Order: sequence, then structure tokens, then C-alpha cells
Amino acid sequence: MVDLIQKTLLYAVPLMIVALAGVFAERSGIINLALEGIMIFGAFVGVWFVRLVQEWGWFAEAKANGDWLALQGFELLAMLVSALLGAVFSLLLSFASVNLKADQTIGGTALNLMAPALVLFLIRILANQSTLYMAEGDAASWFMIKKSTLGIDSSTELNPILEILINKVYLATYVCILLFVILSILLYKTRFGLRLRSCGENPQAADSLGINVYRMRYAGTTISGALAGLGGFVYALTTAGCSANGDVAGFGFLALAVMIFGNWKPLNIAGAALLFGLFKYIAASYSSIEVLSNLGISSYFYRLLPYLVTLIVLAFTSKKSRAPKAEGIPYDKGQR
Amino acid sequence: MKERLSNLYAKDGVKTVLSSIISIIIGMVVGSIIIVIVGACTSSLGISSVGEGIQLVFGGLFSTGRDAAGNLTFGFNSTNLGNMLFRAFPLIMTGLSVAIAQKTGLFNIGAPGQYLMGTAATLYVALSIPTSTSTLYEGGTVPAWLVWLLAFLAGMLAGAIWGAIPGLVKAYLNINEVLACIMCNWIAANLVTWMFDGSVLRNTLESGKTGYIYKTSYNGVATAKMGLDKIFPDSQVNGGIVIAIVMAILVYILMSKTTLGYQLKACGSNRHAARYAGISDKRNIVLSMAIAGGLAGVGASLYYLSGNTEFFWSTYQSLPDAGFNGIPVALLAANNPIGVIFTAMFMSMLDICGLQLTNLTAYNEYITDVIIAVIVYLSAFSLVIKQMLSSRKKHKDEPTAATTTAADAAPPTEENIEPDAAVQQTEKGDD
Repeated sequence: MVDLIQKTLLYAVPLMIVALAGVFAERSGIINLALEGIMIFGAFVGVWFVRLVQEWGWFAEAKANGDWLALQGFELLAMLVSALLGAVFSLLLSFASVNLKADQTIGGTALNLMAPALVLFLIRILANQSTLYMAEGDAASWFMIKKSTLGIDSSTELNPILEILINKVYLATYVCILLFVILSILLYKTRFGLRLRSCGENPQAADSLGINVYRMRYAGTTISGALAGLGGFVYALTTAGCSANGDVAGFGFLALAVMIFGNWKPLNIAGAALLFGLFKYIAASYSSIEVLSNLGISSYFYRLLPYLVTLIVLAFTSKKSRAPKAEGIPYDKGQR
Repeated sequence: MKERLSNLYAKDGVKTVLSSIISIIIGMVVGSIIIVIVGACTSSLGISSVGEGIQLVFGGLFSTGRDAAGNLTFGFNSTNLGNMLFRAFPLIMTGLSVAIAQKTGLFNIGAPGQYLMGTAATLYVALSIPTSTSTLYEGGTVPAWLVWLLAFLAGMLAGAIWGAIPGLVKAYLNINEVLACIMCNWIAANLVTWMFDGSVLRNTLESGKTGYIYKTSYNGVATAKMGLDKIFPDSQVNGGIVIAIVMAILVYILMSKTTLGYQLKACGSNRHAARYAGISDKRNIVLSMAIAGGLAGVGASLYYLSGNTEFFWSTYQSLPDAGFNGIPVALLAANNPIGVIFTAMFMSMLDICGLQLTNLTAYNEYITDVIIAVIVYLSAFSLVIKQMLSSRKKHKDEPTAATTTAADAAPPTEENIEPDAAVQQTEKGDD
């Protein structure tokens, strides 16, 4: 049970944060199909940063002394870097779709093609192999919070809830949940959020009220890029042991599905992300679940399940779904 | 003469070709810049390798390796040219697939999945029916050409079915076809791996090849060479290229000379207007996606029926590049079926350049993927640039008629040229 909840969260949190990234872009009127690409890019940047810092030896002392607070700071720093670079990467999309009024689907696809190509090109040159790992150790030994890191003897039995919350967890998960809450409030309860959303519904009206539609769309896409980059690194850190190989297994697209399934609303998205996280968990560890492994169904069935469920769920919810009205339409001031 | 030139320039097709060529050049320049930056930042690479890298990006097709002194040599290389043609045919087919969907207003990003399903069906049929020339089975009686044909059709059918699924959910449930296609891609990747996991079609005859499916030539099935192996010795090219070109011409005829093609294009231009005119938009969306899927499936059939290509069956974590590269092929060709032939050749040339880069220098083939991505990025707004050029020209030609049209056309044009100025303007309004 502990394993189930923790692993589900592990998959759900990146999905949730990247789906929120999608919401910020689409609410401002830009379809961000590049989520997958930005995630790949963010994952690479974060892992590369960790690797570089390890090579420079900044945190070697902290690691040797078991100063886990400093190591958590290191993790946060890497998250910040991947978010920043993700935002920079997303500027390519905003520039094409806001300034040049280009086709957003194709622009996003270009970024999706570019990210893995660039990342694999660099990984080959940097590491001379197809996957970039940390310079030394792994994510579990450097960043994972365990009972022993907190000074609790690892053999003590905690109550289950505490066990879920503090044993074998990553700080990144909690930071993402916190960010998710803060940004949802930003989107719904502040003036900025209202303005941003208005640009995705009726940009002409928004413009007539003195809101700078271009700037709002830039803001939406940039926040989106930062969140997707962050989500990519968190995915690489928590589920791939802090390694990058130019692939996030379609998580960016799953996040888009979560966003549509969640009807562009944060609370629904959180629920949808948990559901998909559960399916991902089943796919990843069905063999250790006795009921499922006894069924004797091929592992590939469980692997395709999240995608199949997405398709089916979308089929049932698409009639009710309400996308931002102006999404995907370049804003043209001259047009009435 | 000048007038003739400007007439030529005014033609839409010429402008499309021009903007594609501009995209290609910028893409390759960006690739070169990345090579320079990486070369300058990595101590192990050095300046000479930067020069060699750029040479190979542009002229890799004519590379003939290194001479005794270690310098790159260039010249006519029939192996490279033949392999370029060979790699072009899946690209021609997936390019056609994306193009035909695009004409119907659909973005077929599902080509990789359709290609995979085509692969699986083709290999299954080609390897399961014992032929009279088979080395896998004894006592087969079916002639190889018939199995070839069946396998070819199976690939097409599997692709068509896999393409029809996103079409159906788009038409009847209004699910975004991009998302549906992507989900279908990953389902296909897992399904195909599942199908071949533990299958008897895995290559157990050659040691260390169990990750692959048998080549179809084991069952005596292979596309005819049609004499192309004489023209391009030591290369993999075969008659598939002829079939691919014929398919492109057929698609061209379908789209521009038949009622069905007209209906598809009508749906692409304006779905609602088409419905008003009595064209069933739903039927056409499904049909368009099915045709697109069938074309992608044919691409896979042609590639794997060559007889000397191996399919790595454990593909659940990756999708075939040939599918995704159909997108730039179609975009560069502006969705013109005949244009697709040439842009596919260009893409496969880039592929060859990438291979030469990996073999001969410390760089690797992924730089060509970066170039392709840049080209796609540029083609996202090539249309905008084209419109900008046209409207500029109109202003020059008809200064008097500009009074009414300029009022409408001018503001967006200004914004296109000077985005910053336009943004500043609105910022003032914000205060």
C-alpha cells in the first residue's frame, strides 16, 4: 500500500505539473504541443547541471558529511536551472506563434523534434553513450529522503501515513505539489490570472480593455515552458534515477491528455493525474502485484494501458470538454 | 526578361519552392553553427574537425571516406546515392501520408504508429506463408511474388485501419486528432512488441540476432531490383523506389483530378461549408485518415520487403523516425504529392550525411535531426513570410488601390516586420 501510493504519486506529480504547464499556455491562447519536447530538454539540462556540479565538487563535502539539507538545496538548484532553461526553450514557440503568427501545432512539433535530436547529439558528445547519468552515485544516494537521513533508525516502524510522507521520498515531489497549488491560485484568484485567461477566451475584448495580449501570451507560454522543464527534470530525477536519454516516454503528451480530461481546471487535473499515475504504476510494477501477475497477461498490455485508457476516457469526456475559445488562433490586432 | 522573371516570381508555386529552399538553407546553417559551437567548446574536437563536420553536413552524399593522409575525400559515390534512394521510399510514403491528411485539414502525427502496424502486418504475412524458395520452411508451394503482393497489401491495410481510428474518433467524438494519433502511436509500439515477443519469427538462425525479426529474404520474398543494382552497385536500392514514385503520382491524380480528392480538399478548406454543399465531412475525415494510414503502411511494406532490412522488434519505448520525418517531408513540399518525392530525397540525403558524420568524425548523426527540426520550425511560418512578401509586392504594384486594402492589410504587416514596435505600442495602451 505504501509502495502503491508513493509510486503513484511519483508518476502523478510530473504529469500534474506538466498538465498545469499546458493549462497556462492554452488559457493564454497558445496550444503548447511542445510539452514533451520541453520536458526532454528540461530533463537533460537538469541532469547535466547535476553532473557538472558534481564534477566541480561543490557539494562533495556536504555529501561526505551527510549534510542532507545542503543536498536538498542542490536538488532545488537543479530544479530551478531546468525550469529556467525550459522557459528559454519555450521562447522559440512563443516567438513563432505570437510574433510570427505561425501554425502552433507545427511549431510545437518542431520543438518536439528538436529537443530529442539536440539532447541526443549533446549526450553523445558529452558522455560518449546514449544516456547521460550523474557523474557519481545515483539519485537515491544523493537526493532521496529516507528514514536514516532524518536520523530515525531504519528499522523503526512508523505509522503508515508518516511512512508514506517521509520515507524514500523526494523533496521535488512536495515542491511540485506546492507550486501546483500556488500557481492554481495565481491563475484563478489574481488579476494577472484573470487577464491571462481572458486572452485565451476573447483576446479582442481583452485588448480593448487595455490588456496587452501579446505580453500575456508570452507570459503564459513562458510559465508553461518553465513548468514543463521542471516537470521533465522531476520525472528524470524520481522515475529514471536522475538520468536523461532524450526520451520521457510520451509523458508530455499524456499530460496534454490529462489537461483535456481535467477540462483545463486545476482540481480536475490533479484528480486525472492521480488516475494516470496509478495506471503508470501498474504498468511499471505489475509483476510485483500478485493479482495482476497471476493473470498471465503480457507486460506490454499493461504498458499500453495508460494510452488506451486516455483514448477511451477522452472519447467519453470530449463532448463535455470546453477548451479555451481562442486557443490556437494567432491574435491579430487588425482583425475584428 | 525582367518582366518574365517577375511573372515567374509572382507564381505561387515558385514562392513555395523559394521559401522551402530558404528554410533548408537556414536549417543547414543552424546545424553548422551548432557544430562550430560544440567544436569550440569541446577540447577533444578541435578546429579541423569543425571544418570536416560542416563539409560533411553539406556534401556528405559525395563523401568517399578518407585518403591515406587522413583527409576527407569527395567524389561520385554510387553506394551513397543508391542508399539515398533506398532510404527515400519510406519517407516518400509517410510524406504522402502526412500531406494527404493535411490537405483535409488534419495533422497526421500518427504516421509512426501506422508505419509500425504496417511493418508488423507485412513481416507477419511475408514470413508466415511458406514460399517455394523459402529457406525457413520446407515444401512451400506458394510463389514468392504472390506472398510479396499479399504482404504489401497487408501492410497497407494495417496502416489504413490504424489511421482510421484517429479519423473515427475525430469525426464522431470530436477528439483532437493530434492527441488521438499520439496515443495510437504508443499503443501500436506496445502492440507490435507484444506481437513479436516470443514469436517464432525472431531470428534464431544467426547468433546474436534474436532482437530482430527474420529478413524477408529468408522466406524468399524480396522486392525486384529492376536493374537499379547495376546502376548503383553496392547499395540497397531496389524497385521499391519506382513503386513509391508511382504511388506519389497516383496520390497526385487522386487529389487533383477526382471527385473524392475535391471533396477531401473541400473538407480541409472549410468543414462547415463542405457540409453545407452536401459533402459528408465525417466520412471524408475518416477516409482521409485511412488513406493516409494506408500510405504510411505501404512505406513500411516497401522498406521491410526489400529483403535485406531487419526489424528490431522490442520497440515499445521508441517510435520509428521514418514516421515522424514524414512531417518535414510534407511541410517542405507544401503538401504537394510530386514535391514530396524531391523533399523525401533531400531528407534521405541528410540521413546519409549524418551517417558519414558518425563514421568519419567525432560528431554523430543526430545533428541532421536538429537540422530537420529547424526546417520544420521555419516551415511553421513560411506561409506567413510568403504572405508578407506578396502583400509587400501588391503595395508596389498598385499604390492607388491601397487606400482600402492597406487599412486592413497594413497593421498585421507592420507587426510581422517589427514585432517589437507593435508590442511597445500596446504597452502604451496598457498604461
